[in-house]
Amino acid sequence: MSLGILMMVHTAFGRAAQVARHFAERGCPVVIHVDRRVRAKVVKGFRQSLYGAGDVHFTPRVRVEWGAWSMVEATQIAAEEMLARHPEVRHVMLASGSCLPLRPVSELIDYLDAHPDTDFIESVTTEQVTWTIDGLEEERFTLRFPFSWRRHRRLFDGYVRLQRRIGFERRVPAGIEPHLGSQWWCLTADTLRAILEDPDRPAHDAYFRHVWIPDESYFQTLARGRSHRIDSRSLTLSKFDVGGKPHVFYDDHLHLLRRSDCFMARKIWPGADLLYETFLSPSAERTKRTEPDPGKIDRVFARANARRAHGRPGLYNQGRFPHWGWEGRRTAARYTVLSGFDDLFEDFPAWFAKRAGGRVHGHLYHPDRVEFAGGERLVRGNLTDDARLRDHRPEQFLFNLLWSTRGERQTFLFGPGDRQRVADMMMGDPDATFGMVTGAWIVPLLRSGRPFPEVQAEAARLQRAEMRLIEMSKARWARARVLSWSLAELVTAPMDRLQALLDEVAPRDRAQPTEAPVMHGLDGLPDLLRRLRDNGVKPVVMGDLRQIERGPTATMPTLRPAAG
Amino acid sequence: MGILSSYQMRIRRRRHCLRARRKSRELRAVVDRTGTIRRGAILAMTTLRNERVRLPFFLDYHRRLGVGHFLMVDNGSDDGSADYLREQPDVSLWRTGASYKASRFGMDWLNWLGHRHCHGHWTLTVDPDEFLVFPFCDVRPLKALTDWLDGSNVRSFGAMLLDMYPKGPIDAQPYREGDDPFEIAAWFDGGNYMIERNATYGNLWIQGGPRARAFFADRPKDAPALNKTPLVRWRRGYAYLSSTHTLLPRGLNQTYDRTGGEKATGVLLHAKFLDTLGAKATEEMERGQHYRSSTEYRAYAERGGGLDLWTEWSERYVNWRQLEILGLMSKGNWA
Repeated sequence: MSLGILMMVHTAFGRAAQVARHFAERGCPVVIHVDRRVRAKVVKGFRQSLYGAGDVHFTPRVRVEWGAWSMVEATQIAAEEMLARHPEVRHVMLASGSCLPLRPVSELIDYLDAHPDTDFIESVTTEQVTWTIDGLEEERFTLRFPFSWRRHRRLFDGYVRLQRRIGFERRVPAGIEPHLGSQWWCLTADTLRAILEDPDRPAHDAYFRHVWIPDESYFQTLARGRSHRIDSRSLTLSKFDVGGKPHVFYDDHLHLLRRSDCFMARKIWPGADLLYETFLSPSAERTKRTEPDPGKIDRVFARANARRAHGRPGLYNQGRFPHWGWEGRRTAARYTVLSGFDDLFEDFPAWFAKRAGGRVHGHLYHPDRVEFAGGERLVRGNLTDDARLRDHRPEQFLFNLLWSTRGERQTFLFGPGDRQRVADMMMGDPDATFGMVTGAWIVPLLRSGRPFPEVQAEAARLQRAEMRLIEMSKARWARARVLSWSLAELVTAPMDRLQALLDEVAPRDRAQPTEAPVMHGLDGLPDLLRRLRDNGVKPVVMGDLRQIERGPTATMPTLRPAAG
Repeated sequence: MGILSSYQMRIRRRRHCLRARRKSRELRAVVDRTGTIRRGAILAMTTLRNERVRLPFFLDYHRRLGVGHFLMVDNGSDDGSADYLREQPDVSLWRTGASYKASRFGMDWLNWLGHRHCHGHWTLTVDPDEFLVFPFCDVRPLKALTDWLDGSNVRSFGAMLLDMYPKGPIDAQPYREGDDPFEIAAWFDGGNYMIERNATYGNLWIQGGPRARAFFADRPKDAPALNKTPLVRWRRGYAYLSSTHTLLPRGLNQTYDRTGGEKATGVLLHAKFLDTLGAKATEEMERGQHYRSSTEYRAYAERGGGLDLWTEWSERYVNWRQLEILGLMSKGNWA
């Protein structure tokens, strides 16, 4: 008999009994502490269920409060009982009622035999601890915690704040160097004795009585200096979630647990019949006898924690609806918004799609209809081209589109003639890239041949909308990347500008555009602009008028298709 | 939330509880087996009317999840639903001929049953055409979820209503008693849902899906709400306000994370679009007992049985993992 088991139980008694019996039947004495709060009747039934199970003893009961000294007290009582009854044990393992051995007991004993004077206890200094959830690492040892964290959280937090403000600090007794670690350890009887029979134990106990969560620090601290060799890890696999609760294992974790090669796991759901059946079965075959390797399980739970803490960017559903400004990234993917290019160039979406790749839509926010690429009525996710549904929640229309089409870059046209409500969201979105030719909306007006009063009214409306967009792009809160040229700037060197735009949205594809898009003729534009100005609609977004006057003729040749 | 608004909510909640008490006089117990409810059992509450053909699968599905007892209100069925339910060993049945509408679409009755029988129990409030899907529901029972929620100090679990529909006209494949409705109505819309937060009650308001695109494109504001909080660790004094969309106290509506993370949520598969809809729509339109004066049913009745909601972008239902990947539900930190 070289291994003794201490078991702390407060719930799921049927399972605890199963595990206790499993150890006792394999020659490991078991000492059980049952929480004082459990009703006497239940305890009686529990004890009865372990009659004849072998070497199982029950200690006097203490009322155990989470995070308080009573947890250590109960452990001490159980450990003393174990050492008194079984002076021959070499290792003592602390377990809970929801722990489950994952490897045969004989393997655990062999392993401990191979490490006869090693203490398996996670014990790290406060500077190295990364896993506490309350942000209290060092301060666990220097503040006082008279209020329950679970039941009186506000008082707890308030009292901590108060102590910080007035600079209160408890003195850490000489000879104690605070260490933290998992509550579930496996110590040698020698080390355990050294801790429990230390002449300074009253002083230690008096100090730790007011330390926060002492079950994660009492033995972890005192083992230091009293042990021959500390292996700073726990033999019990135990993972915590973002809320500081232990992750629970279910039947579907069977293979994961098996492959972990850990000796014990916590915490097992009491309803996990398959796990209990498998790991407690008398015929459990011996494993490959390798070192415990919880890496795979670590990854599964790390992913779960990340999902809970950060979520999937750009997703909005019944479980994730961030405050505006707290969402991290607003949308699921980067996207491109092109403004004005389609007014200036013939069939621009097709040209752009060829060079930049991805999906290039028309005006998604066209007042009449959503212009999906290829004139589709529906896209992935069953988003329809119905403008009324889109305008109900225009931002979410885009969120949905980008979420459903992840993996394919989305580009769309957006001009001052479109529904503008979504513009705020896009300008504040770091995933948006805007390519803008300001004032290009004049080109369709120029070509429309509509009577001047109509053109004038439309120009005034579009210019107002566009100026608002420009203003937004310069706002303090704007996060979108904006490449903006006035009509005049673009017309003077169109290929340079288009290349700059392509470099921005598709930087991997460095190839020069071999074919230029065909630009609409701008004959008569200077006259129209002059006339607008003289009639009170001053064109301010097109850039320098004189450039436009010179521009088209000077640059037209470069816009001819290069291949012929 | 100021003190005043908290107080206002408390009054409102109390009023709903009183109202439930008053409306409880309309209920007559047909068979009351609530004495057999075990400690810690998961309960289900349902109002129904003429759902006989659906009941066997509905009960079996939720029994398999781990529902221990069904509390059901029969609102004047004449198709044998009551006789069927009376025979079920895990059903307690009440009957009423009173107005569904005047009891706020059954919620007053259920609030009362909750008050009387659900205190301390995890309680699933679903219609006979709603089927809960939650993370790992293929390998873990509902009790695993509720234990985990208890362990995380969470009192309520959100689940979006997901409208399922068949490929082709809805009356092409008849639904037969005991069948899995999702063998027929196997399709759904994957990503056209719109969400808003209700500032008064703190719940989300989700609209979209096939009903929004097919029937409410001209008035999207009126599209049916899809947000639901069907699973609650019930306590006396809790109250559903409008269907299972809104609860008081308000904290129960907070099934979502507000700082960018994801909380665990599920989906309620909605088996409404079957061939049974036609008869239902005709009947309910005459009664005018449904929400927004049965606008929805009117829309269905106009289209008739030839109604086809399927599109080439409809998703075919596979399992909860698919819904999780599509973003319609979330595992949160349950692993």
